[in-house]
Amino acid sequence: MFDWWEKIVDALVFGLLGLDASTQKAQALHFFIFDTVKIYILLVLIIFAVSFLRTYFNTEKVRVYLQGKSEFTGNILAALFGIITPFCSCSAIPLFLGFMQARIPLGITFSFLISSPMNNEVAIALLFGLFGWKITALYIGFGLLVAIIGGFVVGRLGMEKYVLIPVVPMSGDLENVEIKITLQKRVKESWAYTMDIVQKIYLYVMIGVGIGAFIHGYIPTEFIVQYAGSNTWYSVPLAVILGVPMYSNAAGVMPLIEVLTSKGMLLGTALSFMMAITALSLPEAMILKRILHVKLIATFFGIVALGIMGIGYLFNAIL
Amino acid sequence: MKIEILGTGCSKCQALTLHVKEAVAKKGMFAQVEKVEDIMKIMAYGITSTPALVIDGTVVSSGKLLSVDEIVVFLGS
Repeated sequence: MFDWWEKIVDALVFGLLGLDASTQKAQALHFFIFDTVKIYILLVLIIFAVSFLRTYFNTEKVRVYLQGKSEFTGNILAALFGIITPFCSCSAIPLFLGFMQARIPLGITFSFLISSPMNNEVAIALLFGLFGWKITALYIGFGLLVAIIGGFVVGRLGMEKYVLIPVVPMSGDLENVEIKITLQKRVKESWAYTMDIVQKIYLYVMIGVGIGAFIHGYIPTEFIVQYAGSNTWYSVPLAVILGVPMYSNAAGVMPLIEVLTSKGMLLGTALSFMMAITALSLPEAMILKRILHVKLIATFFGIVALGIMGIGYLFNAIL
Repeated sequence: MKIEILGTGCSKCQALTLHVKEAVAKKGMFAQVEKVEDIMKIMAYGITSTPALVIDGTVVSSGKLLSVDEIVVFLGS
Protein backbone atom coordinates (compact mmCIF):
# COMPACT_ATOMS: atom_id res chain seq x y z
CA MET A 1 0.00 0.00 0.00
CA PHE A 2 2.85 2.38 0.74
CA ASP A 3 5.50 0.99 -1.63
CA TRP A 4 5.33 4.14 -3.72
CA TRP A 5 6.01 6.28 -0.70
CA GLU A 6 8.92 4.08 0.39
CA LYS A 7 10.49 4.59 -3.06
CA ILE A 8 10.12 8.34 -2.77
CA VAL A 9 11.71 8.38 0.70
CA ASP A 10 14.49 6.09 -0.55
CA ALA A 11 15.22 8.51 -3.37
CA LEU A 12 15.05 11.49 -1.02
CA VAL A 13 17.24 10.18 1.79
CA PHE A 14 19.73 8.01 -0.09
CA GLY A 15 19.68 9.85 -3.43
CA LEU A 16 18.99 13.52 -2.95
CA LEU A 17 20.62 13.87 0.47
CA GLY A 18 23.24 11.31 -0.50
CA LEU A 19 23.27 9.53 2.86
CA ASP A 20 24.79 6.09 3.11
CA ALA A 21 21.97 3.56 3.64
CA SER A 22 24.04 1.54 6.08
CA THR A 23 24.55 4.38 8.56
CA GLN A 24 22.42 4.80 11.67
CA LYS A 25 21.68 8.41 10.80
CA ALA A 26 20.28 7.51 7.38
CA GLN A 27 18.20 4.68 8.81
CA ALA A 28 16.71 6.87 11.52
CA LEU A 29 15.92 9.69 9.10
CA HIS A 30 14.37 7.30 6.57
CA PHE A 31 12.27 5.71 9.30
CA PHE A 32 11.10 9.11 10.57
CA ILE A 33 10.04 10.53 7.20
CA PHE A 34 8.47 7.31 6.00
CA ASP A 35 6.50 6.59 9.18
CA THR A 36 5.26 10.11 9.96
CA VAL A 37 3.77 10.68 6.54
CA LYS A 38 2.35 7.15 6.33
CA ILE A 39 0.63 7.59 9.69
CA TYR A 40 -0.72 11.04 8.77
CA ILE A 41 -2.26 9.64 5.59
CA LEU A 42 -3.86 6.73 7.46
CA LEU A 43 -5.06 8.96 10.27
CA VAL A 44 -6.87 11.24 7.85
CA LEU A 45 -8.39 8.32 5.90
CA ILE A 46 -9.53 6.30 8.91
CA ILE A 47 -10.76 9.18 11.07
CA PHE A 48 -12.70 10.51 8.10
CA ALA A 49 -14.27 7.10 7.38
CA VAL A 50 -15.23 6.57 11.03
CA SER A 51 -16.62 10.05 11.52
CA PHE A 52 -18.62 9.78 8.30
CA LEU A 53 -20.14 6.50 9.48
CA ARG A 54 -20.77 8.19 12.78
CA THR A 55 -23.03 10.83 11.26
CA TYR A 56 -25.59 8.01 10.98
CA PHE A 57 -25.25 7.03 14.64
CA ASN A 58 -25.08 8.85 17.91
CA THR A 59 -25.32 7.72 21.50
CA GLU A 60 -29.02 8.66 21.65
CA LYS A 61 -29.64 6.22 18.81
CA VAL A 62 -27.52 3.51 20.46
CA ARG A 63 -29.63 3.89 23.57
CA VAL A 64 -32.78 3.19 21.57
CA TYR A 65 -31.24 0.03 20.13
CA LEU A 66 -30.01 -1.22 23.49
CA GLN A 67 -33.22 -0.59 25.37
CA GLY A 68 -34.91 -3.81 26.41
CA LYS A 69 -32.14 -6.11 25.12
CA SER A 70 -31.45 -9.24 27.18
CA GLU A 71 -28.30 -9.46 29.25
CA PHE A 72 -25.77 -11.25 27.05
CA THR A 73 -27.03 -9.99 23.68
CA GLY A 74 -27.05 -6.51 25.15
CA ASN A 75 -23.42 -6.79 26.25
CA ILE A 76 -22.34 -7.88 22.76
CA LEU A 77 -24.33 -5.16 21.00
CA ALA A 78 -23.11 -2.50 23.43
CA ALA A 79 -19.48 -3.47 22.83
CA LEU A 80 -20.01 -3.40 19.04
CA PHE A 81 -21.70 0.00 19.14
CA GLY A 82 -18.70 1.21 21.13
CA ILE A 83 -16.61 0.94 17.94
CA ILE A 84 -18.56 3.49 15.91
CA THR A 85 -19.85 5.92 18.48
CA PRO A 86 -17.66 8.76 19.63
CA PHE A 87 -16.59 8.88 23.20
CA CYS A 88 -15.41 11.86 25.11
CA SER A 89 -14.84 11.47 28.81
CA CYS A 90 -16.73 14.73 29.34
CA SER A 91 -19.85 12.92 28.12
CA ALA A 92 -19.40 9.95 30.45
CA ILE A 93 -21.88 11.20 33.05
CA PRO A 94 -24.85 12.04 30.81
CA LEU A 95 -24.20 8.81 28.93
CA PHE A 96 -24.18 6.72 32.06
CA LEU A 97 -27.27 8.31 33.58
CA GLY A 98 -29.07 8.44 30.25
CA PHE A 99 -28.60 4.69 29.78
CA MET A 100 -29.88 4.05 33.30
CA GLN A 101 -32.93 6.22 32.67
CA ALA A 102 -33.75 3.98 29.72
CA ARG A 103 -33.53 0.98 32.10
CA ILE A 104 -30.46 -0.41 30.33
CA PRO A 105 -28.75 -2.69 32.89
CA LEU A 106 -25.53 -1.53 34.53
CA GLY A 107 -23.50 -4.36 32.97
CA ILE A 108 -24.54 -3.45 29.42
CA THR A 109 -23.72 0.20 30.08
CA PHE A 110 -20.26 -0.82 31.23
CA SER A 111 -19.71 -2.96 28.12
CA PHE A 112 -20.27 0.22 26.13
CA LEU A 113 -18.15 2.31 28.47
CA ILE A 114 -15.21 -0.09 28.11
CA SER A 115 -15.46 -0.60 24.36
CA SER A 116 -16.02 2.99 23.29
CA PRO A 117 -12.72 4.61 24.34
CA MET A 118 -10.77 1.43 23.57
CA ASN A 119 -11.98 1.31 19.97
CA ASN A 120 -11.53 5.01 19.28
CA GLU A 121 -10.66 6.02 15.75
CA VAL A 122 -7.25 7.49 16.60
CA ALA A 123 -6.06 4.28 18.27
CA ILE A 124 -7.35 2.16 15.38
CA ALA A 125 -5.76 4.39 12.75
CA LEU A 126 -2.42 4.34 14.56
CA LEU A 127 -2.50 0.60 15.10
CA PHE A 128 -3.31 0.03 11.45
CA GLY A 129 -0.56 2.36 10.31
CA LEU A 130 2.07 0.99 12.65
CA PHE A 131 1.29 -2.69 13.01
CA GLY A 132 -0.85 -3.65 10.00
CA TRP A 133 -4.33 -5.12 9.83
CA LYS A 134 -3.64 -8.38 11.65
CA ILE A 135 -2.62 -6.79 14.94
CA THR A 136 -5.40 -4.22 14.54
CA ALA A 137 -7.95 -7.04 14.15
CA LEU A 138 -6.53 -8.82 17.21
CA TYR A 139 -6.69 -5.61 19.21
CA ILE A 140 -10.31 -4.90 18.23
CA GLY A 141 -11.41 -8.53 18.64
CA PHE A 142 -9.89 -9.03 22.06
CA GLY A 143 -10.87 -5.50 23.08
CA LEU A 144 -14.48 -6.42 22.34
CA LEU A 145 -14.05 -9.61 24.37
CA VAL A 146 -12.81 -7.62 27.39
CA ALA A 147 -15.74 -5.20 27.00
CA ILE A 148 -18.35 -7.97 26.70
CA ILE A 149 -17.05 -10.13 29.56
CA GLY A 150 -16.04 -7.16 31.75
CA GLY A 151 -19.49 -5.59 31.42
CA PHE A 152 -21.16 -8.95 32.02
CA VAL A 153 -19.18 -9.50 35.23
CA VAL A 154 -19.87 -5.96 36.51
CA GLY A 155 -23.57 -6.59 35.79
CA ARG A 156 -23.55 -9.84 37.74
CA LEU A 157 -21.99 -8.26 40.82
CA GLY A 158 -25.21 -6.33 41.52
CA MET A 159 -23.53 -3.00 42.18
CA GLU A 160 -26.48 -0.77 41.29
CA LYS A 161 -26.51 0.59 44.84
CA TYR A 162 -23.13 2.23 44.17
CA VAL A 163 -24.62 4.68 41.70
CA LEU A 164 -24.74 7.79 43.85
CA ILE A 165 -27.30 9.84 41.95
CA PRO A 166 -30.93 8.72 42.10
CA VAL A 167 -31.97 7.94 38.55
CA VAL A 168 -35.65 7.99 37.76
CA PRO A 169 -36.27 5.39 35.07
CA MET A 170 -38.44 6.71 32.29
CA SER A 171 -41.63 4.87 31.57
CA GLY A 172 -42.34 3.42 28.16
CA ASP A 173 -40.01 3.13 25.20
CA LEU A 174 -37.80 5.72 23.59
CA GLU A 175 -38.64 7.05 20.19
CA ASN A 176 -36.15 6.45 17.46
CA VAL A 177 -34.19 9.61 16.89
CA GLU A 178 -33.90 10.53 13.26
CA ILE A 179 -30.79 12.22 12.02
CA LYS A 180 -31.77 14.23 8.99
CA ILE A 181 -28.85 15.86 7.26
CA THR A 182 -27.75 15.94 3.64
CA LEU A 183 -24.87 13.85 2.34
CA GLN A 184 -22.95 17.02 1.55
CA LYS A 185 -23.30 18.17 5.15
CA ARG A 186 -22.21 14.76 6.46
CA VAL A 187 -19.03 14.93 4.37
CA LYS A 188 -18.39 18.50 5.44
CA GLU A 189 -18.90 17.72 9.12
CA SER A 190 -16.74 14.60 9.00
CA TRP A 191 -13.96 16.50 7.27
CA ALA A 192 -14.06 19.31 9.83
CA TYR A 193 -13.97 16.74 12.64
CA THR A 194 -11.05 14.90 11.03
CA MET A 195 -9.02 18.07 10.69
CA ASP A 196 -9.82 19.03 14.27
CA ILE A 197 -8.51 15.69 15.60
CA VAL A 198 -5.45 15.65 13.34
CA GLN A 199 -4.54 19.17 14.44
CA LYS A 200 -4.73 18.07 18.04
CA ILE A 201 -2.48 15.03 17.68
CA TYR A 202 -0.11 15.62 14.78
CA LEU A 203 2.61 16.97 17.00
CA TYR A 204 2.40 14.01 19.39
CA VAL A 205 2.66 11.62 16.47
CA MET A 206 5.72 13.44 15.15
CA ILE A 207 7.44 13.43 18.55
CA GLY A 208 6.51 9.78 19.13
CA VAL A 209 7.86 8.71 15.75
CA GLY A 210 10.90 10.92 16.28
CA ILE A 211 11.84 9.19 19.53
CA GLY A 212 10.96 5.91 17.84
CA ALA A 213 13.34 6.71 14.98
CA PHE A 214 16.08 7.42 17.49
CA ILE A 215 15.53 4.09 19.25
CA HIS A 216 15.27 2.40 15.87
CA GLY A 217 18.62 3.72 14.75
CA TYR A 218 20.67 4.01 17.92
CA ILE A 219 19.50 1.79 20.79
CA PRO A 220 20.67 -1.80 20.57
CA THR A 221 18.04 -4.54 20.54
CA GLU A 222 19.60 -6.34 23.49
CA PHE A 223 18.95 -3.35 25.70
CA ILE A 224 15.19 -3.43 25.04
CA VAL A 225 14.90 -7.21 25.15
CA GLN A 226 16.47 -7.12 28.57
CA TYR A 227 13.72 -4.87 29.96
CA ALA A 228 10.60 -5.52 27.89
CA GLY A 229 11.23 -8.65 25.89
CA SER A 230 12.11 -11.35 28.33
CA ASN A 231 9.10 -13.30 29.43
CA THR A 232 9.36 -12.20 33.04
CA TRP A 233 6.07 -12.43 34.90
CA TYR A 234 5.96 -8.75 35.80
CA SER A 235 6.32 -7.25 32.32
CA VAL A 236 2.57 -7.49 31.56
CA PRO A 237 1.24 -5.94 34.80
CA LEU A 238 3.98 -3.29 34.58
CA ALA A 239 2.85 -2.42 31.05
CA VAL A 240 -0.75 -2.06 32.27
CA ILE A 241 0.23 0.21 35.18
CA LEU A 242 2.38 2.35 32.88
CA GLY A 243 -0.47 2.58 30.39
CA VAL A 244 -3.04 4.10 32.78
CA PRO A 245 -1.72 7.70 32.92
CA MET A 246 -1.01 7.88 29.19
CA TYR A 247 -4.52 8.21 27.74
CA SER A 248 -4.19 11.72 26.39
CA ASN A 249 -0.85 10.90 24.81
CA ALA A 250 -1.90 7.71 23.02
CA ALA A 251 -0.93 9.28 19.69
CA GLY A 252 2.64 9.76 20.84
CA VAL A 253 3.04 6.50 22.75
CA MET A 254 1.79 4.10 20.08
CA PRO A 255 4.71 4.77 17.69
CA LEU A 256 7.07 4.00 20.56
CA ILE A 257 5.38 0.69 21.26
CA GLU A 258 5.79 -0.24 17.62
CA VAL A 259 9.53 0.36 17.74
CA LEU A 260 9.85 -1.50 21.04
CA THR A 261 7.98 -4.44 19.51
CA SER A 262 10.22 -4.51 16.45
CA LYS A 263 13.17 -4.46 18.83
CA GLY A 264 12.02 -7.48 20.78
CA MET A 265 9.26 -6.43 23.17
CA LEU A 266 6.76 -9.30 23.27
CA LEU A 267 3.50 -8.75 21.42
CA GLY A 268 1.29 -9.71 24.38
CA THR A 269 3.00 -7.13 26.55
CA ALA A 270 2.59 -4.56 23.76
CA LEU A 271 -1.14 -5.35 23.37
CA SER A 272 -1.71 -5.06 27.14
CA PHE A 273 0.11 -1.75 27.12
CA MET A 274 -1.97 -0.31 24.28
CA MET A 275 -5.26 -1.53 25.73
CA ALA A 276 -4.41 -0.08 29.15
CA ILE A 277 -3.66 3.28 27.52
CA THR A 278 -7.06 3.51 25.83
CA ALA A 279 -9.39 1.60 28.18
CA LEU A 280 -8.15 2.75 31.57
CA SER A 281 -8.10 6.51 31.74
CA LEU A 282 -7.67 8.45 34.96
CA PRO A 283 -9.58 11.55 33.81
CA GLU A 284 -12.57 9.34 33.01
CA ALA A 285 -12.38 7.76 36.49
CA MET A 286 -12.25 11.20 38.09
CA ILE A 287 -15.33 12.32 36.17
CA LEU A 288 -17.27 9.15 36.98
CA LYS A 289 -16.41 9.62 40.63
CA ARG A 290 -18.98 12.39 40.75
CA ILE A 291 -21.80 9.91 40.21
CA LEU A 292 -20.35 6.50 41.13
CA HIS A 293 -19.00 5.17 44.41
CA VAL A 294 -15.26 4.54 44.44
CA LYS A 295 -15.97 0.82 44.98
CA LEU A 296 -17.78 0.56 41.65
CA ILE A 297 -15.06 2.48 39.78
CA ALA A 298 -12.35 0.32 41.39
CA THR A 299 -14.24 -2.85 40.45
CA PHE A 300 -14.62 -1.59 36.88
CA PHE A 301 -10.90 -0.75 36.62
CA GLY A 302 -9.92 -4.00 38.32
CA ILE A 303 -11.94 -6.21 36.00
CA VAL A 304 -10.73 -4.42 32.87
CA ALA A 305 -7.11 -4.55 34.09
CA LEU A 306 -7.40 -8.29 34.78
CA GLY A 307 -8.91 -8.88 31.33
CA ILE A 308 -6.15 -6.90 29.62
CA MET A 309 -3.43 -8.72 31.56
CA GLY A 310 -5.04 -12.06 30.67
CA ILE A 311 -4.75 -11.14 26.98
CA GLY A 312 -1.12 -10.11 27.47
CA TYR A 313 -0.16 -13.39 29.11
CA LEU A 314 -2.13 -15.39 26.54
CA PHE A 315 -0.33 -13.77 23.61
CA ASN A 316 3.08 -13.96 25.23
CA ALA A 317 2.49 -17.69 25.75
CA ILE A 318 1.23 -18.59 22.27
CA LEU A 319 3.21 -16.30 19.98
CA MET B 1 -36.37 33.20 22.83
CA LYS B 2 -34.68 31.11 25.48
CA ILE B 3 -31.45 29.33 24.60
CA GLU B 4 -29.94 26.79 26.99
CA ILE B 5 -26.54 25.16 26.73
CA LEU B 6 -26.39 21.83 28.55
CA GLY B 7 -22.98 20.75 29.75
CA THR B 8 -21.14 19.75 32.89
CA GLY B 9 -18.30 22.20 32.41
CA CYS B 10 -16.04 20.55 29.85
CA SER B 11 -14.07 22.72 27.44
CA LYS B 12 -16.41 21.95 24.53
CA CYS B 13 -19.39 23.12 26.57
CA GLN B 14 -17.70 26.41 27.35
CA ALA B 15 -16.77 26.88 23.71
CA LEU B 16 -20.36 26.24 22.67
CA THR B 17 -21.61 28.89 25.11
CA LEU B 18 -19.26 31.43 23.53
CA HIS B 19 -20.40 30.44 20.03
CA VAL B 20 -24.05 30.85 21.05
CA LYS B 21 -23.42 34.33 22.41
CA GLU B 22 -21.60 35.26 19.24
CA ALA B 23 -24.43 33.88 17.09
CA VAL B 24 -27.01 35.87 19.05
CA ALA B 25 -24.93 39.02 18.64
CA LYS B 26 -24.50 38.35 14.94
CA LYS B 27 -28.25 38.06 14.54
CA GLY B 28 -28.76 41.20 16.58
CA MET B 29 -31.62 39.59 18.46
CA PHE B 30 -32.76 39.46 22.04
CA ALA B 31 -32.43 36.07 23.65
CA GLN B 32 -32.02 34.67 27.11
CA VAL B 33 -28.86 32.56 27.10
CA GLU B 34 -28.41 30.19 29.99
CA LYS B 35 -25.74 27.61 30.75
CA VAL B 36 -27.23 24.57 32.52
CA GLU B 37 -24.68 22.68 34.58
CA ASP B 38 -26.92 20.79 37.02
CA ILE B 39 -26.71 17.17 35.94
CA MET B 40 -30.29 16.37 37.05
CA LYS B 41 -31.64 19.23 34.92
CA ILE B 42 -29.51 18.10 31.98
CA MET B 43 -30.78 14.54 32.23
CA ALA B 44 -34.38 15.77 32.15
CA TYR B 45 -33.85 16.58 28.46
CA GLY B 46 -33.19 12.93 27.64
CA ILE B 47 -29.79 13.42 26.04
CA THR B 48 -26.76 11.16 26.42
CA SER B 49 -23.99 13.39 25.20
CA THR B 50 -22.94 16.93 25.94
CA PRO B 51 -22.69 19.73 25.00
CA ALA B 52 -26.30 20.03 23.91
CA LEU B 53 -28.21 23.03 22.63
CA VAL B 54 -31.82 23.64 23.65
CA ILE B 55 -33.92 26.35 22.04
CA ASP B 56 -37.25 27.17 23.67
CA GLY B 57 -37.33 23.80 25.37
CA THR B 58 -36.47 21.69 22.30
CA VAL B 59 -33.14 19.86 21.96
CA VAL B 60 -31.71 20.85 18.58
CA SER B 61 -28.24 19.30 18.90
CA SER B 62 -26.28 17.07 21.25
CA GLY B 63 -22.67 15.94 21.52
CA LYS B 64 -21.47 18.55 19.05
CA LEU B 65 -19.54 21.75 19.22
CA LEU B 66 -21.55 23.74 16.70
CA SER B 67 -19.99 26.60 14.78
CA VAL B 68 -21.38 30.13 15.06
CA ASP B 69 -22.89 29.85 11.58
CA GLU B 70 -24.61 26.57 12.39
CA ILE B 71 -26.18 28.15 15.47
CA VAL B 72 -27.34 31.14 13.43
CA VAL B 73 -29.32 28.69 11.26
CA PHE B 74 -31.00 27.24 14.35
CA LEU B 75 -31.95 30.70 15.53
CA GLY B 76 -34.10 31.10 12.43
CA SER B 77 -35.33 34.29 10.90
